[in-house]
Amino acid sequence: MADSAPSDVERIKSASRRLRGSLVESLANPVTGALAEDDTQLSKFHGIYQQDDRDVRADRQRRRLEPDYSFMIRARVPGGVLDTAQWLNMDAIANRYANHSIRITTRQALQLHGVLKRNLKQSIADINAQMMDTLAACGDVNRNVMSPPLPALSAVHLAVLADARALSEHLTPATRAYHEIWLDGKKLDLDEVEPIYGENYLPRKFKTAFAVPPQNDVDVFAQDLGFIAIVEAGELTGYNVTVGGGMGMSHGETRTYPRLADVMGFIERDDVLPVAEAVVTTQRDYGDRTDRKHARLKYTIDDRGLDWFRGEVEARSGVTIAEPRKFRFTGNGDVYGWQCDERDTWHYTLFVQNGRVADFENLPLMSGLRELAKAHRGHFRLTPNQNLVISDVAAADKPAIDALLDRYGIANDKQASPLRLHSMACVALPTCGLAMAESERYLPSLIDRIDEEMAAQGLSEEPVTVRMTGCPNGCARPYIAEIGLVGKGPGRYNLYLGAGFAGDRLNSPYRENIDEQEILAALRPLLRSYAEKRQSGERFGDFLVREAIVPAVRRGRDFHAATDG
Amino acid sequence: MNPSSAQTLPTVLDPEQTARIVTAIDGLTPEQLHWLSGYAAGLAARDTGSAALLDPSAPIDKGQTSSQVPSLTVLYGSQTGNGKRVAEELAAGARQKGYEVRLRSLADYRPAQLRKETLVSLVISTHGEGDPPDDAEPFHEYLMSDKAPSLAQLKFSVLALGDSSYVNFCETGRELDRRLSELGAERVVSMVECDVDFATPAAGWSQSVLAGLPELLGKASAQPQLHAVPSVASAEVYDEHRPFEAEVLTNQPITTSAAGRDVRHIELSIEGSGIRYEPGDSLAVLVSNPPALVAEFLEVLDLDGDQAVEIDGDTVTLVEALSDKLEITALNQGFLKIWATLAADPALGQLLEQDSRQALRDTIETHQIIDVVRRHPVKIDAQALVAALRPLTARSYSIASSLEANPDEVHLTVAAIRYRAFGREHWGAASTHLADRVTAGDRVRVYVEKNPRFRLPEDDTAPIVMIGPGTGVAPFRAFVEERAERGAGGDSWLFFGNRELRNDFLYQLEWRRHLRDGSLGRLDVAFSRDQAEKIYVQHRIAERGADLYEWLERGARVYVCGDAKRMAGDVHDALREVLVTHGRLEPAAAEARLKAMRRSGHYQRDVY
Repeated sequence: MADSAPSDVERIKSASRRLRGSLVESLANPVTGALAEDDTQLSKFHGIYQQDDRDVRADRQRRRLEPDYSFMIRARVPGGVLDTAQWLNMDAIANRYANHSIRITTRQALQLHGVLKRNLKQSIADINAQMMDTLAACGDVNRNVMSPPLPALSAVHLAVLADARALSEHLTPATRAYHEIWLDGKKLDLDEVEPIYGENYLPRKFKTAFAVPPQNDVDVFAQDLGFIAIVEAGELTGYNVTVGGGMGMSHGETRTYPRLADVMGFIERDDVLPVAEAVVTTQRDYGDRTDRKHARLKYTIDDRGLDWFRGEVEARSGVTIAEPRKFRFTGNGDVYGWQCDERDTWHYTLFVQNGRVADFENLPLMSGLRELAKAHRGHFRLTPNQNLVISDVAAADKPAIDALLDRYGIANDKQASPLRLHSMACVALPTCGLAMAESERYLPSLIDRIDEEMAAQGLSEEPVTVRMTGCPNGCARPYIAEIGLVGKGPGRYNLYLGAGFAGDRLNSPYRENIDEQEILAALRPLLRSYAEKRQSGERFGDFLVREAIVPAVRRGRDFHAATDG
Repeated sequence: MNPSSAQTLPTVLDPEQTARIVTAIDGLTPEQLHWLSGYAAGLAARDTGSAALLDPSAPIDKGQTSSQVPSLTVLYGSQTGNGKRVAEELAAGARQKGYEVRLRSLADYRPAQLRKETLVSLVISTHGEGDPPDDAEPFHEYLMSDKAPSLAQLKFSVLALGDSSYVNFCETGRELDRRLSELGAERVVSMVECDVDFATPAAGWSQSVLAGLPELLGKASAQPQLHAVPSVASAEVYDEHRPFEAEVLTNQPITTSAAGRDVRHIELSIEGSGIRYEPGDSLAVLVSNPPALVAEFLEVLDLDGDQAVEIDGDTVTLVEALSDKLEITALNQGFLKIWATLAADPALGQLLEQDSRQALRDTIETHQIIDVVRRHPVKIDAQALVAALRPLTARSYSIASSLEANPDEVHLTVAAIRYRAFGREHWGAASTHLADRVTAGDRVRVYVEKNPRFRLPEDDTAPIVMIGPGTGVAPFRAFVEERAERGAGGDSWLFFGNRELRNDFLYQLEWRRHLRDGSLGRLDVAFSRDQAEKIYVQHRIAERGADLYEWLERGARVYVCGDAKRMAGDVHDALREVLVTHGRLEPAAAEARLKAMRRSGHYQRDVY
C-alpha cells in the first residue's frame, strides 16, 4: 500500500463506460495492428489479450515496423465441458484466423493465439455462434469457473457442474458492451447497471473452482474462492467454502507471495450463490485498488483476518457459515486413460502436453482430435491440468475411439512418462508479455533430462508433479508442484521444492537463478536419496519435508521464510 | 550558406557594400550562388553596373519582341530533367553566338503562341508507353487536335528523348515532328531519337540546329546575350561523369522476410560534398551489374572475360565492360534488332515488325537481355557484343529524406528486384546493387537530379495530399520530414498502399510517430492482401471522396508518386470520380479541372 492513489487500471475501468472504452475505434484504426493503450486493459474483460511476437520485436523495430501484434482469445468453458460441435468450431476458427493451434488452459478454458486485429471481430462472432463466449475470461472479474472433469461419481459431478455453471452465470458482468462491440448488438438505451461489480469492477482478477474429493485436480487451494463438495451417503449435501488462495507474486518482493486458501466453513448447496456474491462484493469494497500487486483477495484476508472476512460474508449473504466438514484429497493430477462411471459410460483422459493442441511433427494431435470430434457426438472435457477427456462414450463405441487414437498415434502410452503426465507449463515466450524465460517451449526437453535422472535412480514409474512458468505470476500454479520452476531470466529459473502431491501444501524456495545444469545437479542427489530412503507410497514432496530438506509451508506469509532467514 | 564565410569579401568593396551583399546572399544554396556568380559576370560583360536593368526572375524575353526580331524559341517537355538540360544547353549555345533566344518549358507555354513563332526547336521526351511528359500534355493535346492552326510561317526541329526498353520509344517526339510538318511547318533539322544514353546524339542535334542559325536568323548581334549565363552556371556540380562517392551508412531491410518484396532503406552520407537537394528531387545512382549475371553472359556466349575491348576510346576487359559500362539487364529494341540479325531467327525478327507491337511490348516487359541471349545463342566476338549493348546509365530514385531533417545524408527506399523466370534468377541491376552488393562503409557513386515539378508548396499552410503506394511513398517521407522540420502548419494527408500491414507497411513506425506529433494529419492505408477482395489506394480515395473534395476546394495540392503503368492511371481516374461525384462535374469538366490543376502545380506527379 505504497500510496493511496488508485492504480492506472482503476482510472481506465472507471472511464470505460462499463468496458466500452474506445474499443470500437481501436478496432477500426487501420494504421496499426494494435489497440489503443487503454483499450488493451479493457479488452481483457472481453477475453482478449494483445500480445506480440517478442522473438521479432527488436528486428521489426529496425525495420521501422511496429511489433508483430496479434491477439490471444480465451473462450470461457464453465466446468470445462463442451460438446464436440463446439470443439470443431474452435478448430475451424483456429485454422482460419489463429495460428493453427488451440491451447487448453489451466482453468479449463480454450485459447487461440495469433489472431490479427482485423480478424478479431469475426473470430469472436464465430465463437459465439456455437454458444460459447469470451466475456470475462480475463480481466478484473470472476473468470472461468472450474469444476472437476473426472466423473467417477457421475451424479455428484453433474450436480457440482450445474452449481458451477449457475455461479458462472450469476457472476458474469451485466454490461452490454460485449454484445455491442463484437456481436453488433443493439445499443439499448437502458440504465445499464453492474449489480454485483459496480462501475469499477474488482480490484484484481478473481478465480473460482469447485472440487470433488478425493481429486484436487482443480487445485482448489489456489483459488480466490473454492467449493469443496461434501458427499455424504452418495449425496451432495453442501460445500466447504475456501477463500484467499492465489499464486501470483513478484521476484524480490517478499510482501507478495503465493497463498493457499483458508477453509472458511461449510454451507448448504442452496447458499452457494449468496455466499459467492458476498465474497465478491466484500473483495470489491475492501480490496486494495491502489496497488495491483497487493490487490488479490488473499491480501485482503491476510490484512484483515479470516474472522473479520467470515463475518462480513455472513452479514452480506445472511447465511450462517458452519464448521467445515471433513474431506481428504489424494492428488492434484489427472487420472489418464479409460475410466468407467457408475452408469457404465466411459471416459478417456488424453494427455495433451502443456495443453498445446496442434499438428506436431510425428504427432498430429489437432487432426486426431478433429476426427475424434467428428466421430464422437458427445462431450469433450478440459481438465485443469491442460488435458482433454473424451467423455460419455458408450462401451460399444470404445473400439472406434481406440482405433482413432491409434491411427493418429496420440494415445497416452505412445506419448509420455509418468513425470511428463504430471507436468504443466504456461505459454510464456514468445507471446506472453510478462515472460522472463521460456516455459512451454522448453519444459518438454527439460522433462527428457529429468526423466533420465529418474531412470538412473530407478524412479521411472514414479509420478512427480513438475510445473514451470516463465514468470512468477503463476499461471501453471508452480508453487503447489513438488518441483516448481519459475523463470527469472533467459535460461534461468528459481527452483521450488516440497509441495504436497494433492496441492495442499506450498513448496519452498530451494535454489535461485539457476540454469539447466544446475537444476539437474540440484535434483540428482535428492532423487538418489528419495530412491534409497523413501517410505512405502511416500511422495517426493512429502519426503523432502520429512527429511527437512525444505520446510513445510502452509501459510503464504511463511513462503519466503526460508530465503529470508 | 553561412554568412560568416562571406565576410572575407575582396577589399574592392566598401564595408557598406559588403554588408549589403552578405545580407543579400545569406541563406542561398550553393546552386543559387553559382547562378549568382554567372549573373554578376554577365552584368560585368555588359559593362554596366546597374542590376535594375535586368530582372532575373522575369521571363527571358517578352512575347511581342519575337515577332519583330527574328529569334530562336527553344521549348522543352521533360519528365526527368534531361530534356530541360539539353534545351538549356542549346539556348546557351545560341546566345553565346549572339542570338536572341526564348527558352520555355511547355508547362508555361501557350500552344496558340506557335502561330507567331518563326523558328522553334523542341526537345521532348516520351514517358512510359508513349505518353508525353505530364506538363507537356496540354501542348501535345492542342497540337494533335483539330484546333491546331496552320503553321506555314514556322521552321522547326525536334529532338526526341526516350528509353528503348519501352516499345513506343520516342513516340511523343515522332508524333509532334510529324504533326508540325502536317500543319505546314518546315523541318530544318531532321528529328533525332535519343535513347537513355542521350548525351552524344543530343549534342549532335544541337550542333546541327546551331549551324543552321546564321542562314535562318541572319548574322547575330555582336554582344553575347546575358541570359546565357544562368542556365549554364546552374549546372550541377556532380553529374554522371563526375559523381560523388557517397558512403553507405545503412542498408536496412524494412519489410519482413514474409513480404512479397525486399525493400531497403538506404542511408548515404553526402558530408563534405556540398550537395543540396530538396524534397521531391531524385538521386541518380551509378551501379554495376550483378556478378552472377556477368558470369552468365560469358558462359553462354563462351567468351573470355579477361580479353580487352574498347569502349568510348577506353580499353577495358570484357568483364569490366559488362560489370560497369554496359546495360545487360533491361531489354530494348536496339539490342533486339541487332540480335535478330545475328541470330537470323525469323521469330525474333518478326517481333520487330510493325504489327507485333503488343508482342514486342510483352517481350520487353517480361524478358531481360540474358533471356534472349540464352534462347538465341549466337557466335559473337567480344567487341561486337559491346557494340550491341547500350551504355549502362544511372538509375534514379526519389529521395526519401529531407536534408533539413537529416543534414549530410540522403535516404533512398529501394525495392530489390529479384525473381525467377524462364528457369533462371533475374535481378534488377540497380536495386540489387544497392540491396545486395553494398553494406555500411562501402561507397556508391551518386548525383542529384533536380525535380522542380515535384515540390512542396512554398506556402507552409497549404494543405497537401500525398498518394504514394509501395516505394512511391519515398518522397513523401521527405515531404513530411521537411514540413515537420519547418514547423509547417498546413494539413497533410497520406494515402499509402502495399500488400500486408504486418509485412510491408513501409516506415510504419515513422508515420505513427508523425501522426502522434501532428506532422502528418491523416493517413489512409490500403493493403491489398489483408482481405478477400483486393483494395488499393484508388479505392481509399473513392471512399474518402467527400473529405478529399473538401480538401481540393481548400486548394490542397495533390502529389502522386509510384508506378506509372497502372497506379497513376487508376489514381487519376479515382480523382476524376471524386470531382464528378462530390463536385457534381461532368466527366469532361472534371478532367479539365485536373488538367488545370496540373498546369497550376496543384496536381504533381512523379511516376515511373
